[in-house]
Amino acid sequence: MTPSLFLFYAASALTLGGGMGVVATRNVVYAALSLLASLMGVAGIYLVLFAEFLALVQVLIYGGAIVIVVLFALMLTRLRELGGPMEHRQWPLALVGALGLFAVLAAAIARTGVPQGLERMGPPVAKVGASLFSQWAVPFEAASVLLLVALIGAIVLARPGGRD
Amino acid sequence: MITLAHLQVLSAALFCVGLYGVLARRNAVLILLAIELMLNAVNINLIGFAAFVDHEQFVGQVLAIFVITVAAAEVGLALAVLLRLYRSRASVRVDDLNMLKW
Repeated sequence: MTPSLFLFYAASALTLGGGMGVVATRNVVYAALSLLASLMGVAGIYLVLFAEFLALVQVLIYGGAIVIVVLFALMLTRLRELGGPMEHRQWPLALVGALGLFAVLAAAIARTGVPQGLERMGPPVAKVGASLFSQWAVPFEAASVLLLVALIGAIVLARPGGRD
Repeated sequence: MITLAHLQVLSAALFCVGLYGVLARRNAVLILLAIELMLNAVNINLIGFAAFVDHEQFVGQVLAIFVITVAAAEVGLALAVLLRLYRSRASVRVDDLNMLKW
């Protein structure tokens, strides 16, 4: 087993274990922390794939911002309870649906003629940046407007008072 | 040696875990977290294809940046909506949010 394969399996275990923790836990705060573990595992996978910039973005935005915002929301909505992963009466259907989708996807992956034995390569970060600000400049600006609108909308919605 | 199939299987598994969370949990915040898992599964796929197939443009990495941006906007807005709902209905269980049903 090559070191990169070992790292890949370790990061995958963290990712999937964290994901199961999010879905299966009874405590919402543990769910948020499991999500953090899972997202850090995803960052590790980005590193294995030579996407250093995205790994950094993943740690900063998901680990730094999103999980913190979720934790704040949990404290403000005071959720303790929670049944376990089987709280909903349609959970067997959900399980069948999820496993069935996985089976279909795995079969599709196994049968598709994806070229095997490709080298994995990553671009230098400068190249990603250059392409983001030249070829993808308009979508990039649209994304920044989207973020601004979402920010203003979130403030307006969460502001106390106002009409209901 | 890592192949593209490894990444695709991991991505599919993470997506299905998230799907189970969306379908089977009742707490709206947990559903939101499960949606984040699904978005990350998509990102793994995009970056895997960028690293293994697209050696000229690496478009997958740029698309993953956009997915992360939209996910951040989505979480911010959705949590604001949930706070508002909690304030007016004192609950964020999706079963209780059936005001649009008739």
